[in-house]
Amino acid sequence: MRDRQWAERLIEVVIYLCGIIAMVAVVLIAIFLAKEGLALFRHVSLLDFLGGRQWYPISEPPRYGILPLILGSCWVTVGAIVLAVPMGVASALFIAEVATGWMRELMKTGIELLAAIPSVVLGFVGMAVVSPVVKAAFHLPTGLTALTGSLILAFMAMPTIVSITEDALTAVPRTYREAALALGATRWQTMSRVLLPAASPGIAAAVMLGVGRVMGETMAGMMLTGNAARIPHSILQPVRTLTATIAAEMGETVRGSEHYAALFAIGLVLLAISFVVNLLAASFLGRRRR
Amino acid sequence: MRRLLGIAAAVALLAPASLARAEDVKGSIQIKGSDTMVNLCQAWAEAFMKKNPNVTVAVTGGGSGTGFAALIARSCDLAAASRAIKPQEIEQAKQKGFTPQEWRVALDGLAVVVHPSNPVKKLTIAQLRDLFTGKITNWSEVGGPNKKITLLSREVNSGTHVYFKENVLGNGPDGKSLEYSPDALLLPSSQAIADEVASNPGAIGYYGMGYLNPNNAAVAVAKDPAGPFVTPSEATVRSGEYPISRPLMFYSPGEPTGAVKVFLDFVLSPDGQRIVHDTDFVPLKTQ
Repeated sequence: MRDRQWAERLIEVVIYLCGIIAMVAVVLIAIFLAKEGLALFRHVSLLDFLGGRQWYPISEPPRYGILPLILGSCWVTVGAIVLAVPMGVASALFIAEVATGWMRELMKTGIELLAAIPSVVLGFVGMAVVSPVVKAAFHLPTGLTALTGSLILAFMAMPTIVSITEDALTAVPRTYREAALALGATRWQTMSRVLLPAASPGIAAAVMLGVGRVMGETMAGMMLTGNAARIPHSILQPVRTLTATIAAEMGETVRGSEHYAALFAIGLVLLAISFVVNLLAASFLGRRRR
Repeated sequence: MRRLLGIAAAVALLAPASLARAEDVKGSIQIKGSDTMVNLCQAWAEAFMKKNPNVTVAVTGGGSGTGFAALIARSCDLAAASRAIKPQEIEQAKQKGFTPQEWRVALDGLAVVVHPSNPVKKLTIAQLRDLFTGKITNWSEVGGPNKKITLLSREVNSGTHVYFKENVLGNGPDGKSLEYSPDALLLPSSQAIADEVASNPGAIGYYGMGYLNPNNAAVAVAKDPAGPFVTPSEATVRSGEYPISRPLMFYSPGEPTGAVKVFLDFVLSPDGQRIVHDTDFVPLKTQ
C-alpha cells in the first residue's frame, strides 16, 4: 500500500515537472527575446521601429522601420485566410456531416497528409507552378507576389482549420440535429442554420489558429513573395514578411549589433502577435465549453 | 596590417608546405560562406580529395556573412567570401583570440542580366544606378520597349548584394550611400535570379559570371556614356576593363596548418587555378 502511494506521488511530481518545464521554456524564450531585442530601443524609438516605412538594415545610417514588413505579413495572412476558411469549413462540414465510412476516412487522412508536407516543398511547387499562373492571369511584371504566398499558405492553414472545425461540429449535441430535422428542416438548412451557428466559437478558434500558422510560416513566404520591403497597396504586389526577414538576414548580422537586436525585436513583435492570436483562440474555445 | 600579415603568412606557407607529401595529409576541412563560390569550392574539394584521399572537405553556402559568423564561432576552417571582412568581424575574431587571414583565390565578374528578348544590350554604370535605385522604372527610358522593369537583387546576407550596392549604387550627391529601390525583389539565391530572369521579359538582375546561361543575356557595361561598353568575360575581368568585378577570397583563422595549408596551396597552384577557369570564374593569372 505504501509503495503504491509512493508511486502515485512520484508520477504526480514527474508530470507536474514536465508541465512546469514547458511553461518555463516559454518564459525563458520570451526573456531571451526581450533581452536581445529591447537593446534596439537604445538607438531607435519604438514608434520609428513599428511605424517606420523604410527597412534598410545594412545601410549607413541604417533604417529599421518594420511597417512594410508588418503589412506584408498581414496581406499574406489575410489572403491565405480568406481562401482557406471557406474551403476548410466546407470540407469540415462534408467530413463531419455528409461523408460516411471509407470516404470519410480517406478525406481525413488526405487532409492530415497535407499538414505533413514540408513547407519548403510547397514553396518549390509554388515557384514552379503557382507563380507563373499568377503572373499570366493578372498580367503582372512578376509572379512573386503576396497572392502567390497566400495561395500556398492557404493549403498550409487548411489542415488546422479543417480538423478543429470538424471537432467543433461533432461536439454539437445530437439533439440539435434531431430537433432541426423533426421541424422539417432540410439537411442543408440544418447545417447552415443550426450546426454552423452552434459550432461558431470553435470555428472562430480554428480561424485564429490558422492565422497563427500562416503568420509564423517562413520558408514558403520567403520563396514566393519576392521579399521587397515596400508598403504594399494590393495583394498583387511583392511583399516582405516578418518571418522571412529574420530568416534571410540572421546569417549576416554581427552578434550583438543593432541589426541583430532589430531582428530579435521583430521576433518580439511576432511573439506578441501570436500571443494575441492564441489568446483569442483560447477565449473562443472557452466560450464553447460554457 | 592585415595585408602585411597576409604576405608574412604567404611566405611562411610557401616554404614548408612544399615539403608535405600528399599521403601524409589527414583530417577534414569545413568550408562555409559565399553562395557565389559554392560550385567553385565544391570543384576544388572534389579534385583535392582525389589527390589526398585521407582528407575530407565539406562545403556549405549561406552567404559570405554566414561564413564569417561561422569562422568567428570556429565552426568552419575556411570562410569563403565575395566581400572583404568587416572591421567589427575582425574585432569579434580577436576577442575569440585569433586574427583572420585573407587569401585571394580567384576573380569574379558580376554579370548584369536581362531576358534574351530584351533589346537593351548595353548600359552605363549611371544607368544601372538609376535602374536599381528605382529612378528609372520603365524600359523605354533606357532605349527598350514600353514595359515595367522588375528589379531582382540578392538578399542582404549576400556578399554580391553588398558588393553591387557599394560599387554600382555607390554614393549620392549628398555623400550618403544610395539604396536599392524598395520595389526590388530580394531573392534568396543566384539561381533564383537566373530562373526569374529566364521567365520574365521585363526583369533585370545581377549575379556572379558563373551563373550565366543561354536563357539569360548579359548586358555590356560602361563606366561612362562614351564607352567602351564591355561584356563580362575572363579576359575583360582580369584586365580590369569590365567595370563590375571583384576578388573572391578565403579567410583562415590565423596561420593555416595541416590539411588546410595543403588545401590552400592546391587552390593557388596551376591545377587549382585551372578549376577556377573550368567553373566559369577568372583565375588570378593567365593560364
